[in-house]
This record gives sequence, structure tokens and C-alpha cells, in this order.
Amino acid sequence: MKVFTGVLAIKLRRELWQMRGQVLAIALVIAGGVAVCVMSLVNYSSLNATRSEYYDQYRFADVFAGLKRAPGHVAKRIKSLPGVETADARVEGWAKLEVPGFDDPVTGQLLSLPPSGQPLVNQVFVREGRLPVGERRREVAVIGSFADAHGLAPGDRIGAIINGRRQLLTISGIVESPEFIYVIPPGGMLPDYERYGVLWMNREALAAAMDMKGAFNSLVLTVKSGYPAASVIDALDRLLDRYGATGAYAREDQFSHRFLTDELRQLKTMATVFPLIFMSVAMFLLNVVITRLISTQRDIIAVLKAFGYGNRDIAAHYSQLVLVIAVIGLAIGLALGLWLGQGLAEMYMQYYRFPGLLFRINPGWIALITAITLVVAWLGGWAAIRRAAALPPAEAMRPEGPATYRVSWAEHVLSGIGFSQPSRMIVRQTMRRPLRTFLSMLGVAMATGIIMVGNFQFDSVTLMVHTQFARVQQQDVTVAFIDPVNSAALFGLQRQPGIRYVEGRRMVPARLINEQLEWRTGIAGIPEGARLQHVIDANLKSVELPARGLLLTDFLAQKMAVSPGDVVKVEILEGDRRILSVPVAGVTSEFLGVGAYMSLEGLNRALGEGPVINQVVMNVDPRYADRIYNDLRETPKVLGIAIRQAMLDSFYETLAKTFLTFTFFSSLLGGVIAFGVIYNTVRISLAEKGRELASLRVLGYTHNEIAHILLGEMAILLLLGIPMGWLIGNGLAMLLITAMQTELYRVPLIVTSQTLGVSAATVVVSAVASGAIAWWRLKKLDLVAVLKTRE
Amino acid sequence: MNRELVFQTRGLTKIYDQGEVEVRALRGVDLDLYAGELVVMLGASGSGKSTLLNILGGLDVPTGGEVRYRDVDLSNADDRALTRYRRDHVGFVFQFYNLIPSLTARENVAAVTEIARSPMTPESALDLVGLGNRMDHFPAQLSGGEQQRVAIARAVAKRPEVLLCDEPTGALDSTTGVLVLAALEKANRETGTTTVIITHNASIAGMGDRVITLSDGNISGEQRNLRRQDPTSLTW
Repeated sequence: MKVFTGVLAIKLRRELWQMRGQVLAIALVIAGGVAVCVMSLVNYSSLNATRSEYYDQYRFADVFAGLKRAPGHVAKRIKSLPGVETADARVEGWAKLEVPGFDDPVTGQLLSLPPSGQPLVNQVFVREGRLPVGERRREVAVIGSFADAHGLAPGDRIGAIINGRRQLLTISGIVESPEFIYVIPPGGMLPDYERYGVLWMNREALAAAMDMKGAFNSLVLTVKSGYPAASVIDALDRLLDRYGATGAYAREDQFSHRFLTDELRQLKTMATVFPLIFMSVAMFLLNVVITRLISTQRDIIAVLKAFGYGNRDIAAHYSQLVLVIAVIGLAIGLALGLWLGQGLAEMYMQYYRFPGLLFRINPGWIALITAITLVVAWLGGWAAIRRAAALPPAEAMRPEGPATYRVSWAEHVLSGIGFSQPSRMIVRQTMRRPLRTFLSMLGVAMATGIIMVGNFQFDSVTLMVHTQFARVQQQDVTVAFIDPVNSAALFGLQRQPGIRYVEGRRMVPARLINEQLEWRTGIAGIPEGARLQHVIDANLKSVELPARGLLLTDFLAQKMAVSPGDVVKVEILEGDRRILSVPVAGVTSEFLGVGAYMSLEGLNRALGEGPVINQVVMNVDPRYADRIYNDLRETPKVLGIAIRQAMLDSFYETLAKTFLTFTFFSSLLGGVIAFGVIYNTVRISLAEKGRELASLRVLGYTHNEIAHILLGEMAILLLLGIPMGWLIGNGLAMLLITAMQTELYRVPLIVTSQTLGVSAATVVVSAVASGAIAWWRLKKLDLVAVLKTRE
Repeated sequence: MNRELVFQTRGLTKIYDQGEVEVRALRGVDLDLYAGELVVMLGASGSGKSTLLNILGGLDVPTGGEVRYRDVDLSNADDRALTRYRRDHVGFVFQFYNLIPSLTARENVAAVTEIARSPMTPESALDLVGLGNRMDHFPAQLSGGEQQRVAIARAVAKRPEVLLCDEPTGALDSTTGVLVLAALEKANRETGTTTVIITHNASIAGMGDRVITLSDGNISGEQRNLRRQDPTSLTW
């Protein structure tokens, strides 16, 4: 048989053109699945490749360590530790920054650069300008996120209070660093580009400002390949112990890296779950359409067979039909997916500071998607193709027997309703092929579910953020001190005009250990009867702080494999680095971050210290806010200030945009599925019932009355399918949030009536569009022709 | 015989424009049909008899000429008016029955009585065609003759003023066909409905009050039977 030029090929082309509406509808569903898959893969591959390339090229550290102060010669000993490849001993500090024209307090993280410019480890990418070099002491390179937020350019000046002394710094360049791909203030959960920046300064200059001449307080190093980072960390901890080390940690615990890894894992989940749904719907559609098509071509198959075409030829012919549809879908999907993937990756670039985006997709993946799509499509049509091929010619020549109907059980159940005959027809049609009806319903349900999944996330994230900032952290402002202060300082603050209420707390870096399991976190000491700081349980109710023992976030308790009553080892990473054994008193369940909580008094007692705090949370009178911020900025002991409203604003500005984009696309794809399912159902129904409907027209039924029969079936699909879709959507959402649980956040499942409404409305709009087409086609029904032909 | 005029056509033409070929199905037909009569319209295939029936039944509109149903001009009626006309006045019987497979015999008849103005009950319509005991059977459970009798019951149940039958026995063997014709004859006699049966089967001619012959889109002959022959005596 000639595959592309024979008569069968011509037949194929004409038939595809004849049913182009249906072909397109199915192809679009396939395209939807392929597009989501390719989009996620492109995004994943591109971000992954970009990250590893960036890490390699800019020598991102394998191990990080912070310490109080170590003399310069210790660095030499570190470099000679077994397994260490290169090490950079640097000075790190904090500053309060003053940006002209911006009154809010700004925190700056300062890092030293060697006189040569680029360090050996954690090199920086110079986006604009140059690095501070030589003896130019008052030059800094600033991170791109901060420069963009304030419109800073090389040559601009900003003020900085470093170690209590004000300096005027000139920006020499705008840079990015593999250490700060995800730029987030320390201890924060959300980016705030305006109020937090990273600055690189000449080492001499920074050391002078920080009183660190000839010493270092931060260490980043790379490990020889194949050498376990853990043993380097052990050696470092032993060596640096006496220099006030806060414990070395591996790349996996580095904040920016960890966040990015979580994000990439989520992308991978998306790349598998969504395409699965789309492809199963597409497969079902192919099955229904091909089955229908083949049953209308029984006589043609018979004639072909009578002429000597073999079973194999017939099977190949109909397989081609299926595969052509699949290829159309695949092509649209690949193009759309690559385009969306690139767009999405570029959107991600707003949150992830990479020097540039490497656009990558593994050709192997594309080949795999192609293969899967074709196989799945072919399997969808397989049952019908096999039946067609197996048909004996004589039997095929005879028309299919008349359809058999029964009085459906639904009518018995609903016997109270006086069915009109058209309504009875609808019910019996639906009940006659329960499997097909169920699958069509499932298609509608899947579409509803997909749209819901796209929409619920926004509500969930809003709830998450609202809970965090309205229930957990009720303060307007958080002030961090450089060193712990006596809690008596609170009285002074309380008396200042505009400060309505203040509370202290103590944050201590610590390592929690339960046998093999370790977790670096901070322990928060919260005063008894705190009004602004709450820890909450799963029902968002406040949890009473225990007199003794730790409260752990449930996520952390799970990771540490501990439950209330167990005792964990707590290694304090500051001061005398004492090791405590503390019982777990309970678990909490915040949505954002993970934490460990103790009563302030209990924590200080365990540390052998008096009533000290190192953070203050407060509520302020908005009219005095600017003055209070200004005063705090001028206070030497203050390290930084976080303002709730600013965090919320930046959150909604950035994340909300992402979520809305995602929501839009998933609604669009869900709409495409809904349209594909409903349009095909209606078209098949029209093909099957054309004769009956024409008969009714002849008997005097009006166009609208017979449209009722056709569209009534669709209405049943919607009425049952949409609620089913809500259930499926709920399940999918549950699956998704479980898969997306990370240390940074656990998205709560919340489905608002708005989400339900939007998903239903999108599906209904698709249905109305399909219905309109069917309505219009009914209008053109040729009454005479239908009556002249035998069924 | 009552000479009340039901249908009147003058110079009726119908041209089907099939791409590059024009098919002249009717070439100026003048026809009068009277209330209560049973007319058999004979003609070979392609003679235009079905086209004429379709126009009389409001399924199609003529290209030229005039067709009136009592005071109503059907030649220029729109789709809405034709639907109304079919719904209120016409009963159809087709060669291939055109029953709704998802409805039982009773429900198929009810599909019409539900939208009719003063119908008989589906049960009495089915009794009329001798199917009182098969009312709850689906089309797939009935023989061809039984299906056609359901179709007749469906057509007469609304008490139409005209009953139009297009080759009602075309798909049936002669024994079954006779039963169907008997049912039609009985319906015509008992309800007084003007009945037109079109067929290519000349053996049926005897059962009509009048026999009209069509060929090449024109009436080529008309014959009045003095006495209607009992359908049960027909054979072919």
C-alpha cells in the first residue's frame, strides 16, 4: 500500500479536512498536555542548566562557615585541610543603608572582596560597571536586585552606617552572585529588594570599618571532587570552635540554594502530574471519535476488503488517521510549550538573579514526549481500529443493527417526574452507553479540576501570608539588635512617642540533633503572655508556650523524626556553644518557614544568661512611623528593621503576578480540555442522532425543541461533571500541596467558592461555545436527505 | 363525496441546483386534492412524486408556481411557518419508518401527541393500527411491519388533516405491506383524513379513490376508481 500517495491517503486527507473541527479539538487537548509537559521541562532544564553552569563558572562554595573572629593565619591552615580545594576567608558585616529619596530603613549585607577583585570562591558576575579595586576604599559593588529596585547605577552614592559609623559609598558596579540567586533578607521569608541589599567592598576598607584588620569572620570553600563535604565540615568545626564559629554547613543548607532546589523539585512535579491528566483525556477523546468514525465507515471497509485490502492495510489506514491528529497536537504542543517555557523561565528570572538564562531542553526528552504522545494516541484509537480490521467483509457490508434501548433505572428512580418524550430520549441516550457517558463526564470533571488547581493556589497562598502576618506575627515592625541587650531596654522604647506596644524576643542560632538527623535553625525565645508573637496549631489557634521544652514546627518534627516527649540535642551556635538536651513539648504548624520555640525565660535560663533579648517587635502609630524608623536607623545597636506592610506589598507585587499568570494559563488549558470534550461529545451525538432529530423536525418539532434534546445531554454532562470535577480538583490540589511541601512553606489547602465558581464558569463557557456550534449545525440539518436514507 | 378543496397547486416547479447540473424535478404541476379522499400517486423513481409530497408536507419549498393548503400559501412560507404547519396539520409516514429508537411504541406516538393541539391518546392510536398489545416495545423489538404501523399510529394520532405516505410499503414484503396498507385505509376511513400514498408499485392503485400518475415531473394521467379495493385483496 502506498502510504502517502495512494487512494487511501487521499481518503485520509479529505476525511481529516471534513472533520477538521473535531480534529482540531482533539489536537488541542493533546497540545495542552504536551505544552504543559514541555513548558515545565524547558523551565526545569533551563533553570537547572543555568544554575549548574553559574555554580561552575563562578565557583560556588560547597561549604560555608561563620565565626566571630579568627586571625588571618588560620585561613592557611584551613586551606591545607584534607579535601579542601580552595578557600576564601572573608569579612562579612551588616550596615544600615541610606538611599537618597527612600526613607524606609534598609539593611545591607556587606561582603569583602580581595584587592585583586574577584575572590577564589563565590565569584561575582559583573552586570554593569566594575568591581571596587585597589585602595579605593569607598567603593562598593551592589547586587542587581537592590540596584534595580532603586534605579541605582555606577557612580551613584548611598550612605551606610557600618559599625555605628556613617560612610558615603560610591557604586562602582552592579553585580550578581551564585550565593544570592534568591535574594531574601536573613530570617525573612519573602524577598524585599528595596529594603535589603548585598554589597561587596574592598577587604581592607570593610575590615577597617568592622575592626577586623588581619582577621576574618566568614569562610567559603570548595571541596575536592569525590571528597565528602561532611568530613570537611567536621574538621572545620573542630578548628574554628575556639574562634566563635556558628557551625559549618554544606551547600544543601545554604539558603538560596535550598530554595532553588525546592523550586526545581516543584517544577518536576508539575512536569509529570499535569501532562498525565491531559493525555488521559486526549486518549479517551480519540477513542470515542475514532470508534464513531469507523462505525460510519463499515461499508467502506467492506468494499476495501472485497477489493483485497488486508486487515493490516485497514489497520494502518486508521492508525494513520489517529497519528496525524496526534502529530498535529504534538506540533502545536511543542511550539506552545517551548514558547511558554521560555516565557516562564524569563519570569522566574525576576526572582532568581542569574547572569543570563541558558535555554535548554534535552532532545531526549522531546523524543520521549513525542513517542509517548504517539503511542498514547494510537492506544486510544486501538480498540476501534482492531474492530474495523477484524470485520468480515460480508458483515461489514450490512448496516449495524438497530440500537437497542431499555427503560433506564434512572426513570424508575425519578418516576415522580413527568418526563416529556424529548427528555426521555436524553435520559435513555445517556444511560444507554454508561461508560461513554461516564468518560465524557470525567472529561468535563478533569477540565473543571485542572482549572481549580490553577485557581486555588492563589487563595491558599493568600491565606498562608495572611495567617503569617495577621495571626503569627502581629507586629508592625521587627527590630534586630547587633548584640543581645537587657530586656529593660523595652521600657525606654515603650515611652517613645508613637510606639503603642513593644515586646522582646531572643533568637539563637542552633543545631538540633536527633541521632543521625540534624537541622540548622534558630530557636526563638518568646516572652510569656506575648501579644504580638504567636505559635499556632493546625487549626490556626494559638499554642501555649510550655514552661520547659521546645515547640517544633510539625514539618521540622517530622524531618527530625521526633514527637512530643522525645528529647533532642540542641547545639547552640553562639556564645559558649553549649549543648543542651531539651524535651519536645509540642508541635506547631505555621505555613511559612520552620522554627523552634521556647519561652524566653526558659531559653535564657538554659543559656545561663539573664533577661536578655536581641529582637524587639512593636506596634506603632502610623503617623509617627517615619520618625520611629529614622530614630531606629540612627541607633547604633540596631542591626536592621523589618516592616510588615513592606513585606506584604513586595509579596503581592511579585508572587501574585506569577500566580495570576499561572492561573490564567491553567484556566486556558482547562477551557481547551472542556471544549475538546464537550465539542466532540456534541458532534458525535449530532452524527448519531441526526436522523432522529430530523424525523422530529418533520413531525413538527421546532429547531429549538430538537436542540433541547441535543444540548440536554450536554447539560447533564455539565451538571454531573462539574461537581465531580470539584471533587477531583480538591484531590489534585491536595496531591499538589503535599508534593510541594518544603521547608520554606507549606501551602494550606483552601478552596473558596470563588475558585469553584471560576472553574465551573470556564467549563460552562466552553460548553456554550460548543453548544452554539451544534445549534447552528442543527439549523442546517437537511430534512429530506435524512429521510431518504436508510439508517 | 365532499368536494372541499384541501390542496391546490398551480404551475408548481422545483429545480435542484446540484453544482453544475440542474435537476428539474417538477415542471409545472397543477393538482387539486379534496378533503377525506385517499389518493394513490404512482410514478417511477425520478418522476418527481417525492418532491411533490415534500412540498405538500412543508418539508421543502417550490422554485416556482403556487401551492396552497386551504387558505395558507405554502410557496412563500418561512421555516417557522412550515414547522407550525407540519406540527398542526400534517402526518407523515416514511419508507424507513423513522422511529426514535430510544422511545417505546407508545412514547414514539406520545412524542407527537405532546405537541399536538387535540390529539387522540397514544393508546387509541396504536389500537387503531392493531398494536394495542405491543405498546411498551422498543423499535428494536418490533418487526418491520410493526414498526411501520407504529409510524402510522404516530402520524394519525394528532388527528392531522392530511396524511402523507412516502413508499410506506417500500421496505416490506407483500404480506406485511398489505397489513400496513390496511391500517392506512382504516385510518383514512375512520378519521376522514385526506391521505396521499406515493408508490412505484402499481398494484396498490386499486385501494385509492383517485390514482394520479407522474412522469418526468408532470402529471401524466389521472383515474378515478368507482369503488375502493379492499387492501387485503391486494397482492404483488
